[in-house]
Order: sequence, then structure tokens, then C-alpha cells
Amino acid sequence: MLSRTANNLYWMARYVERAENTARILDVAHRMSLVPKESRLADQEWFAPLNITGALYPFSGSYREVNAAGVLRYMVLDPDNPSSIYSCARAARENARAERGRITSEMWEVINGTWLEVQGMREDRIASDRVGEFFEWVKERSHLFRGVTVGTMLRDEAYYFNRLGTFLERADNTARMLDVKYHVLLSSAQEVGGAVDYYQWAAVLRSVSAFESYRKVYRDVITPLRVAELLVLREDMPRSLHACMNEAYEILQRMSGGEINEAVRRAGEMHASLHFGRMDIIFASGLHEYLTDFLHRADLLGREVNRTFFSSGSQRAAA
Amino acid sequence: MSHDNFFDEMFFPDGSVRPHYAAVEQWIADTPPERIRRMRDAANMLFHRVGITFAVYGEEAGGERLIPFDMLPHVIPGDEWRSLELGLRQRVQALNAFLHDIYHGQEIIRAGRIPAERVLGNKLFRQEMVGLNVPNGVYAHIAGIDLVRAGAGEHYVLEDNLRTPSGVSYMLENRKMMMRLMPELFARQSVAPVEHYPDLLLDTLRSVAPPQVENPVVVLLTPGQFNSAYFEHAFLAQQMGIELVEGPDLFVEDDTVYMRTTRGPKRVDVVYRRIDDDFIDPLAFRSDSVLGVPGLVSAYRKGRVTLANAVGTGIADDKSIYPFVPEMIRFYLGEEPLLNNVPTYQLSRQEDLDYTLAHLAELVVKEVHGSGGYGMLIGPASTERERDDYRRRVLDNPASFIAQPTLALSTCPVFVDQGIAPRHIDLRPFVLSGKEVVMCPGGLTRVALKEGSLVVNSSQGGGTKDTWILEGE
Repeated sequence: MLSRTANNLYWMARYVERAENTARILDVAHRMSLVPKESRLADQEWFAPLNITGALYPFSGSYREVNAAGVLRYMVLDPDNPSSIYSCARAARENARAERGRITSEMWEVINGTWLEVQGMREDRIASDRVGEFFEWVKERSHLFRGVTVGTMLRDEAYYFNRLGTFLERADNTARMLDVKYHVLLSSAQEVGGAVDYYQWAAVLRSVSAFESYRKVYRDVITPLRVAELLVLREDMPRSLHACMNEAYEILQRMSGGEINEAVRRAGEMHASLHFGRMDIIFASGLHEYLTDFLHRADLLGREVNRTFFSSGSQRAAA
Repeated sequence: MSHDNFFDEMFFPDGSVRPHYAAVEQWIADTPPERIRRMRDAANMLFHRVGITFAVYGEEAGGERLIPFDMLPHVIPGDEWRSLELGLRQRVQALNAFLHDIYHGQEIIRAGRIPAERVLGNKLFRQEMVGLNVPNGVYAHIAGIDLVRAGAGEHYVLEDNLRTPSGVSYMLENRKMMMRLMPELFARQSVAPVEHYPDLLLDTLRSVAPPQVENPVVVLLTPGQFNSAYFEHAFLAQQMGIELVEGPDLFVEDDTVYMRTTRGPKRVDVVYRRIDDDFIDPLAFRSDSVLGVPGLVSAYRKGRVTLANAVGTGIADDKSIYPFVPEMIRFYLGEEPLLNNVPTYQLSRQEDLDYTLAHLAELVVKEVHGSGGYGMLIGPASTERERDDYRRRVLDNPASFIAQPTLALSTCPVFVDQGIAPRHIDLRPFVLSGKEVVMCPGGLTRVALKEGSLVVNSSQGGGTKDTWILEGE
């Protein structure tokens, strides 16, 4: 298939997934901010979404204070922030529009409908008493898009590049989400093991819809090591790094027709380290360091996918 | 229901129904008006949802409109179609022979049948094509010939469209819609199918691939999603199962054309291009074009890729050449033309210019290089002021205009809020030329929806109808 088409479908899916995950990240911060605490620490949680998405610096360019209203405004509605939910919805729709003949009409209607609603959204949708409901809506639209994709799309290259975008974006976001806890700890310097600590780990689990799964798998109290194990190493946990890399590795092998190119090799390497990893060993050298390294590798893999599949052609033509 | 001065496709002048419309009339009589209204609404909604829209130039940027669709079919008896088809094939064959000739020996000019400066001095004559051999000697692979019926019922060719004729997607979508809305009518009589058009087109395109190519790869080259006919480009590519590419998706290396795919560069043998000559290759034509593919024309000239339609076909559908088409048929085929030309005044001639300026209010005046209904004057519908403005434009450069008598185009009924009413129509059948010449029975019927209007162009407020060729009559 055309590189341009594959590229558009891949990014369409990535933007949908990114909008969902931005909603999830903000949701954790929102939940954490509701835990009672000293007033001088009141807005500390809101540094986390900016830190983990690398948005603190650009945010500070246009907003003075880090607080709930500012961060929500910037990460939900700001058209100048390229990873705001608004911008993601727009970018997903632009990519979909360019490939209308390639996607099913149901997919188009979901993406177009989401954009039309986000475009017409007003400030009061992100007021603190309503914003939780809005996050639910974003997640539902993303669920709907995936459901419609899986339920209606022919299993050809177009389908697989679309799915590849979903899983690479999701792996990136789960890693960042798990790191929220690290950033919150850093900024609030709270004691480990207290009630607040417990509540925050629970919030992380809820943010990736894993709270019930945790109970089912461990039937025990929430400990950091198990939370990390669930979200990193458990392949039966659909948003875990392992599950995402299972899918991404398989798709890349399929799209390369048996050839081991650099994209396949990198994905295989990441997959193997998750497949054979042990959480106590990861913890010994630091979870934050592990996640930072994973994000770096995910970024390199993304570049390799781009080079291998989306920019084919002669040197001269590509220059 | 009859209309005094015009030939009506459905009714005899005395108001009785022509036999080939009997089933349609019966259906109208049997169907409650309320149901017809609901069907019209449903049709509009469906067309909107599928996104069959077109962009209109000269309006607000990004303006998308639905081409209005009328449910009453344009019905043509089988025997009448067969004689039209013969005339169309003859005409397109002569036009292709003409294109081959003027880019080679120029016999027709040497025989004095067409003035040399009319061809060689025309900006649509492409020097790049001189001496170039194209597969099967075919230049206009896809031709859309606009037919009208006038006066007592004789057909005329209004114009030949040999560059990038569009509209065939409406022919296909309209038929799909009609079969959905009134299946009982299709059961009652035998309407020739058109659904195989994409297959015919793909066969035609594959048949003109460069020689020695085993399994030719065909792509459709579009200017992109902001082009007025983008919907049709995407639709046809999808129906044929070929890639819809934009300029940047293709590149040329060692005079071979490749598309960039997820499996690396893939060779392309035939480009069904829906981009004008001027924009197709910035190295050969307009250097500011970002739509084209650098090096494409060079690869083409080396015979490494086929362009459909060929570069330089515009010279044959230019309105200053149009008056000579009957002469081409006699010259190349040794036959008498089966289809009439509309009498045409060539304003490069003094006596034609004088006559035209004296009769502006009765004539239709068109720009020689124009198309799509832009920039024409319809005398009988014009105001004094419009005629004065137009007169000035003509006098500026008379050779770039022609004039024709205002034809009494035939009418066909359309559904209006109060039953049915006659509106003027024309018909664009499509002629495909590859190894052989093939046609789909039917075409695009365009209808001027404004009462009394003679302009059927979609860009000027026209609509469309399904066209039925009845089989076995």
C-alpha cells in the first residue's frame, strides 16, 4: 500500500489513542487532587501531567501558575498545544479525511462526530465538577473508534498500520502513566506506605482501568511492585507494556513479510525484555529509570517504523 | 404536459406518452405523491451521507455542494442508442486519428482540410508530443462526448471532452440509487446495466500499458482532496481496486515511475491522471506546480509509462477545432459523420464576427479554450449590460471566441413540488479507447433545474438524472 496512506492511518489511530490517554493522565491528577492534604501542597498533582508529557516548558510560556484550571485548559482545549485533546481530535480527523476511501464509513462517522463535538466545546465542560464526565466521554469515543475498527475493517495492511499506531501510542502512554506516581512523589515528598500512598497507587490503577483486574489477579493489598508488574510485565493485561509490544511486534513481523528489518529487530528486542523481565530486578535498579529507558526505545522504534514503511523511495526523491 | 417549442423525451407534442416511457408513467400513476416525496428526501440524505459532493470554484474556499439528483430517469430506446453509439465510436476514432496525425505527418493540414495556424499556433498543441508514439496510437482513452437533442429530435454533439472528463461516478451512483428507490421498475423492463464501467475502464487502461509489461500496475493520479472532482477520483480508484496517488507519492528514477509503498518503491506502468497537462510535471510544464511528478513526462516520452489521457489531447477538443471534426471523420475514416455538429461561427473570421456581434441576443458565445460552462454568454438569457460587457471582451481578442445558435434543447420531466415539469437536459456518454473501443450503455444526463434554463453544468446549478437504455427494442 502507499506509504502516505499507511502513515495517515497509523497517525489517525495514534491521535485517537493519545486523546484517550491524555484524558486518563488528567483523570489521575484530578483524582489525586481530591485526596485531602495540607493546603500548601494543594496543586502539586498538576505538575505531574505536564512533567510526564514533557509539556511543562511550553506550558510555562503561556500560563503563569500550575493549577487545575490552567493545566486542564492547556491540555484539553488549547488549540496551540499540539497534544491537547482538541488538537488530537483535529489531527485524527484530518488524517481520516485524507483516507476516507480506505476506512469504513462507520470509522469516519465516529472520528468526524468526535471532532465536531470537541470543536464546539465550551470552557464549562472542564469545570471541576464536570470534567470527570468529560474524561469518560473521551474514553468512550476512543472505545467506539476501536470497536468500530475491529468490527468493520478488512484485515489488510490498512488495518494493521492503524492497529500498530494504537499499540505503540498506548505503550508510550502506559509507561508515562505509571511514571505519574514517581513525579507526584518527587514533587510532594510524601512518605511512602501511608494512606496517601495507597490512594495514589489505586488512582494509577483506576486510570488504566486496571483496579478490578488487580484485585482479580493478586487478591491482596495494593503494593507498588505488583502495580508495576501488572502494568509492565503481565501480558494478559491489555494496556500493559508487554501486551502492547506483543501486538506491535507481531504486526511489524507481518508487515515485513518475514524480513528482519531494523523496526522488527527493535520491537523484538523490547518484546523479549518484557517477556523475560522480572519486576524485583527492575525495582532494584529503579522503576523510573526503567520507564525512562523504555520511552527512549519506543521513540527510536517509532522513528524506525517511519523510516522503514513511510518514507520509501530513492535517496534523491526523499531528499 | 407537452411543451410547445421543445422536443420532450417523455411526451409527444399532443401530450400522450412516448411508448418507451410507458412503464415510468405507470409507476408515477401508481405511486402516491407522498411516497415520491419521501423517496426524494431519502435520496438526498443518502447522497449526503455517502459524501457525493463536489467543490465549486469561485465560491468560498472549501465550499462543498451536493449535485441535485432527480428521480425521473432519462429513458432512451435501444435502437436509438445503437445509432448514437455508432456515431460516438466513429467520432472518437476520428479524433484519435487526428491527434496521431497532427503529432506525426500532419497529413490533414497538408491536404488543406484544416488551416495550419489553427493547429500549430494553438497553445494546446504540445510540441513535446511531436513524433512520439503512444501505445495503440490512442490519445484520448477516456472521452466524454456531450450530446443534445434539438428541434424535431435530431442529435447534435455540443462538445468533445478529451482531457480529463468527469461525471462517470454520478452515472454509477445514480443507478445504484434508482435501483434502491424503485426496484419494481427495473423488474418490469430491461434496463441495460452500467455497473461494469470500472471493469471496462481498468481493462482499457491495462491494455495500453507499455509493450512488454506483463502485469501492468495502474494508478489514478489526483490533484488531491481539494479538487472539485476528488470524490470521483477516490470512488473510481476504489471501484477499480487501484491506488489513488498524489504527486508526492510518485517519483521517477532512470526514467521509471515508482510509487512509494510500505514495501518499498513499486513500479507504475499506467497513470490514469486527473491532473491537467500544465500541472503534471514541473520539469516539463509549469514549474510552480506542486501537484505533479518531476520527470514524469521524460519517462513518458521514453515509452516507460503510459499516461491516460495522453499529453496534448486538448488540441482536439478545443472549440476552435470543433468545427472541423466532421471533416476529420471524412478525411481519416472515409465516412460521412453520423452525428451532427452544431453550426459554429468562428469569430476569427470577419463575417462571422460581424454576424455574431449583430445577433448577440440570440446566440451562445463561448471561449475557445474554456470548459465547464465558465465564461460563456447565453444571449437569450442575458441582460443588455452583460452583452455590452461581453462584446468588449470579444472585441479584445475575437479569435478566442466562437458562437453558436441557441439550441432548443430537448426537455425531460423532473419531479417538482407540484408533480412533474419539463426541464432541459443533455447527455454525456463515455467512450473508452484501448486495444478496442468500448462503451457502457448510457451516460450522465445533466438537467438544468431552473425553469427555462439551458445551462446544465453542475458548476452552474445543474442536476443529474439516471439514464436508461432499454434493451431488446
